[in-house]
Amino acid sequence: MPKTTLTRRGVLKTGTVAGGALAMPTIFTGASWAGSHTGFTNAPGDSEVVLGFNVPQSGPYADEGADELRAYELAVEHLNGGGDGGMIPTFSSKTLDGTGILGREVKYVTGDTQTKSDAARASARSMIEKDGAIMITGGSSSGVAVAVQALCQEAGVIFMAGLTHSNDTTGKDKKANGFRHFFNSYMSGAALAPILANNYGTDRKAYHLTADYNWGYTTEEAVKTSTEAMGWETVAAVKTPLTQTDFSSYIAPVLQSGADVLVLNHYGGNMVNSLTNAVQFGLREKEVNGKNFEIIVPLYSRLMARGAGENVKGIFGSTNWHWSLQDEGSKAFVKSFGTKYGFPPSQAAHTTYCQTLLYADAVNRAGSFNPCAVVEALEGFEFDGLGNGPTLYRAEDHQCFKDVLVVKGKENPTSEFDLLEIVEITPVAQVTYDASIFGGELGACNPGA
Amino acid sequence: MDAIILQILNGLDKGSAYALIALGLTLIFGTLGVVNFAHGALFMIGAFCAVTLQRILTLSYQVVDETKTDFLGNPLKVDVPYVHAWFGEATGAAIIDWAVPLAILFAIPIMIAFGFIMERGLIKHFYKRPHADQILVTFGLAIVLQEIIKAFYGANPIPTPAPDAFAGSFDFGALLGFAENTIIYPYWRLVYFVFALVIIAAVFAFLQFTTFGMVVRAGMADRETVGLLGINIDRRFTIMFGIAAAVAGLAGVMYTPINSPNYHMGMDFLVLSFVVVVVGGMGSLPGAVLAGFLLGVLESFASMKEVIDLIPGINQIVIYLVAIIILLTRPRGLMGRKGVMEE
Repeated sequence: MPKTTLTRRGVLKTGTVAGGALAMPTIFTGASWAGSHTGFTNAPGDSEVVLGFNVPQSGPYADEGADELRAYELAVEHLNGGGDGGMIPTFSSKTLDGTGILGREVKYVTGDTQTKSDAARASARSMIEKDGAIMITGGSSSGVAVAVQALCQEAGVIFMAGLTHSNDTTGKDKKANGFRHFFNSYMSGAALAPILANNYGTDRKAYHLTADYNWGYTTEEAVKTSTEAMGWETVAAVKTPLTQTDFSSYIAPVLQSGADVLVLNHYGGNMVNSLTNAVQFGLREKEVNGKNFEIIVPLYSRLMARGAGENVKGIFGSTNWHWSLQDEGSKAFVKSFGTKYGFPPSQAAHTTYCQTLLYADAVNRAGSFNPCAVVEALEGFEFDGLGNGPTLYRAEDHQCFKDVLVVKGKENPTSEFDLLEIVEITPVAQVTYDASIFGGELGACNPGA
Repeated sequence: MDAIILQILNGLDKGSAYALIALGLTLIFGTLGVVNFAHGALFMIGAFCAVTLQRILTLSYQVVDETKTDFLGNPLKVDVPYVHAWFGEATGAAIIDWAVPLAILFAIPIMIAFGFIMERGLIKHFYKRPHADQILVTFGLAIVLQEIIKAFYGANPIPTPAPDAFAGSFDFGALLGFAENTIIYPYWRLVYFVFALVIIAAVFAFLQFTTFGMVVRAGMADRETVGLLGINIDRRFTIMFGIAAAVAGLAGVMYTPINSPNYHMGMDFLVLSFVVVVVGGMGSLPGAVLAGFLLGVLESFASMKEVIDLIPGINQIVIYLVAIIILLTRPRGLMGRKGVMEE
């Protein structure tokens, strides 16, 4: 039987070392990671590093996934010194010089999430275990993002989330190895509410139709809280099945409820169908309580808005980024992407491109691929030049804080891409919240092996 | 009362789609004895006939508008449809506006030919195989078809609006003496309901009042005896497969303004339509129609907030719940022949 000997001197020595390590300022540890290229999952060799792009290549969000993949390929091209460099020259951090990441050429593998959590986890696992991916990024659904983020935490690799808007991703389900550049439901609500008050007044009765899954719940909650705070009343909130295609039986009773605003907490195909049905029922031509009836779509996606056609005209919503922004970063990205592919990038493409650059830059600044070094480099990182103005990667929840766009369906679009117009750029201060309100614990970073 | 009328109306248009798909399904089962899991895909192909015609009618050439710029800052290239150039702007715009109704004419020959090829090329090899084999092969075909459509048209829904003349809704409640805006109903859904009734009536009339239909009905009742009389019943059944495909296709064409079509829409309807067939009675045409409308209306009622508040989740299970009850208490379905599904 092994014999354990505890001595007072031993305990004190161990405690001092551990305490010292915990108390050491991170400014010192950042430098200490340099040159440490072992002791973590999938440590790359000297010549190349593999990134894993996990996007929906089949299923209902395949078009969105395809746009994400285009952006990833563009980012890899730029990191390896190809093309015009995209947003690398406008990025405030100057560690990216076209020589890959830490001097290693960037290679990538792709996986198909199918917008299903189990398929997404399987493809992420395969990329980590078989292909040696050091970082996983992607997704077009919060359910998928949360599932893959948890897997990356267990596996000891970094997860840079793609399009995921639920509060949960960096709220109750946040993980130390996971980071989100995209905005969230809370920010949508906070950005939209003042615009809605200005345009529709403070005496409104809202009826919510909400997709029956975690993104729907957090979006409904966010919009309800923000609109009620400015005086709106919520008449009813009805959950609709995610598989629903015809929303007529949910929309028909809206007018009978006395509501004069319909909030569609739907995304993707659900949003296209519910909005189309609502317009068919002539809701927007009705007058209720002496006011014009209005419809709101809290989260807009240009790719999805195209499916709804003319029905989006004049309807308010929010978005993370839009190609019509005129800052130098956005212009550079639109030029680079548009020249290569022939059409402007979507917000999904923008956020995934940014995430790839942010990861590469964090590795360069840390001087190591070690996930814990990357976490340290990203936590509290402030940057600019990536299309959203000055941005902070908040250390407490790994959520990016930046301006949020309030948009409206354009009345007279000039092309099939010109569907939304920016109504206001809501300043970051207005959408910032206390990191503790959504609960959850980051936990400790996991370097894996 | 107004809420009840409203949900009945909603259920009728939903039921119209179920009834049309189930009618074709049960027609194929009744004639050929084949359980066709690709029938939803035929509905989807019909919808994409409308999308295709819309794209053909909007084929364009580009002119450069120097006064505007595109997203890269270059002079904007504006698409001008050829029909505008050929027929003038007003007539060209009207032709494009009526793309969905015109697609009926476009879809009929395509769907009949598609059904014919499908039956001759694949289905006929499975007549004598167990139902499980038929389900597997037709389900596989459905997946292949939807992946082909996705490869050509993408995964996102494609807007296919109704003609402007049918945009918006009318106040049905006002007609019945209710307060304004209590019962509103979109014009196009009314068109869809009437269209479904016409198609259903045409199929029944064809089977009831034509010699061809009489032979088909005789073949459905006793295939062997009809064959012994020297009638090539297989050929007639093949034609019926084509007609069933056309019915599903037309249901898809007219459905496109209600919900923007996507590659997956067939699967969304397939399972529900099978439940409709089982509830109506396998092989019973009137049963399929009755069950289609009945389940459409039930589903509508189950979506009411008051009902969901009372029984959470009922909106997602009501159809299957009814199917279980029917199968337990009356295995042959509402109007099924005695003996069918009861062994």
